[in-house]
Amino acid sequence: MVLAWAARLAAPARRQRRVVLLARLDARATPLLFVAPFFVLFAVFGVFPLAYTAWISLHDWQLVNGDQGFVGLANYAALFTDPHFYNALGNTVSMLVLATVPQLFAGLGIAALLNRPLRTAVFWRAGVLLPNAVSVVAVTLVFAQLFGRDFGVANWVLDQLGVPPVDWQANRLAAHLAVAATVTWRWTGYNALLYLAAMQSVDQELYEAAELDGASRWRAFWAVTVPAIRPTIGFTAFSATVGGLQLFVEPQLFDVSGLGGIGGTDRQFQTITMYLYEKGFGVFDAGYAAAIAWVLALLCGGCVLVGLGLVRRLARRGRL
Amino acid sequence: MSGVRQTTRPVRSTRSTRPARRAPSAAPARRGPGVLVYALLVAVVVVSVFPLYWAVVVASRDGSAIGERVPPLVPGGHLLDNLRELVDTVDLWLALGNSLIVAGTVMVSNVVLATLAGFAFARLRFPGRNSLFLVVVGTAMMPTQLGVIPLYLVVGDLGWYGRLEAVIVPGLVSAFSVFWMRQACEEAVPVELVEAARSDGCSLPRTVWHVVVPLVRPQAAVLGMLSFLAAWNDFFWPLIVLDPNDTPTVQVALSRLASGYYTDYALLLTGVSVAAVPVVVLFLLLARHIVSGILRGAVRG
Repeated sequence: MVLAWAARLAAPARRQRRVVLLARLDARATPLLFVAPFFVLFAVFGVFPLAYTAWISLHDWQLVNGDQGFVGLANYAALFTDPHFYNALGNTVSMLVLATVPQLFAGLGIAALLNRPLRTAVFWRAGVLLPNAVSVVAVTLVFAQLFGRDFGVANWVLDQLGVPPVDWQANRLAAHLAVAATVTWRWTGYNALLYLAAMQSVDQELYEAAELDGASRWRAFWAVTVPAIRPTIGFTAFSATVGGLQLFVEPQLFDVSGLGGIGGTDRQFQTITMYLYEKGFGVFDAGYAAAIAWVLALLCGGCVLVGLGLVRRLARRGRL
Repeated sequence: MSGVRQTTRPVRSTRSTRPARRAPSAAPARRGPGVLVYALLVAVVVVSVFPLYWAVVVASRDGSAIGERVPPLVPGGHLLDNLRELVDTVDLWLALGNSLIVAGTVMVSNVVLATLAGFAFARLRFPGRNSLFLVVVGTAMMPTQLGVIPLYLVVGDLGWYGRLEAVIVPGLVSAFSVFWMRQACEEAVPVELVEAARSDGCSLPRTVWHVVVPLVRPQAAVLGMLSFLAAWNDFFWPLIVLDPNDTPTVQVALSRLASGYYTDYALLLTGVSVAAVPVVVLFLLLARHIVSGILRGAVRG
């Protein structure tokens, strides 16, 4: 009886202590619980594979049979004397440049158009963004037909202009142009919207000042708009570069004749990622593919560092 | 400001050829874009739409149309025949169902998990917050390609070859999503509101549900849409790890349709249309929100 009484007396204090404890736990631990799912998944499916790739790349590793023994840097040594690798690297850079440059300039131009006070602005913006929503597989299959050798629309248009037909798949430069056109078509509108967002936050007084100085709209665009949105331009250039280094689907499916495709009969549009795919999942040489993956990662990482360096330099000059 | 403009106008109007500038009273009309701007925009939209339109045109013709000397530019009446043949050739319903399962799960989980993490990064204090967020930013650009060999081995160890889990689980939450929702919380969730809820004894989960979620709903919707699109359109990883016969996604089924010695282009582009149309319709329905979401999310991108 007495005990029960004492317990009832003590209960509120204990409950209060428990509440305080729970509250403190809530404040301390819950934030970590909130971010935990991301980091757990990221550790298992992000960091671990990357580190494991490094380990595999030091082994003679067959995808099916597993580890065949440590070979040191032999995979890398083989890679750096592999003409197919340099071919893939050259193709990747070529398509990257051919796709990125028009993407950025056309994006700027379209953004300048969208930045005018338009009627039905949403319609134009959505129309411009539409290509980015369509699956890259579907887009590529359509473009592969448009650039068909015999019945493609591109060759038909050339024919109307009196230009002889082009074998878009066989000719290296033509294939690069066609793949670059596919990439450009998908990403120009997206970039344009990013530029538009940046343009809308440019200080209007700068334009008024430019107008006072008698600058034409064209001058104002290059002297006011472009410098003001430079961070965004840098960001898009950087994303396009990192994305372009990993180009896979567009060139892979540009050659419709097979999923085992190696980028044309003579590898004329095989990219680094396609070569990785061929080595890893075509001939199951996981060690070699892992070495390719790491070289690709270093290339991307290098671009990231250069990009960050540029950002920092701009920031130091007070332009960001 | 307008007074200044007016005093300088006579000097400039001699040089300016733009007619609108000569009318001093019509200041708002001066900025209205002319026919040329609209013509250019029409050209841009035509280029944007043409490949899709052309796919539908070929999909509605019979197989010989693609071989005609003049490419077909208006739809024909064979769409239903081609659809029927497509359903006979590939297991379209299975592929659509699989894609729907994958993209739907990835969409929901990205929104939920990224909202929690984004809110924690934006508005809560906890040990290691800044360094952990640097990891998020640093990995937002890390491509799946780089870890694909070990990922394949990991998924094998889990016994997930040819199963949808292999595609779903690694995509449950991305660094991009976390980054996106952090921006959204920074923008839309006032610190005072969170503190008020907390000092009223509201636990963190309840704070998220009653305070954060209502405020970030628009951005969360855009993120959901973007996650759905990304998962629906993903190809590289599903191609590697899924079984094209038992567990194809739409993209894998499409690519199978394209590979082969003889390709029926009408059939192939019917498949393309079937894969693209639901996404395009979804996009058009939500276009207003997607566009404004990208515009808002991008300002400090």
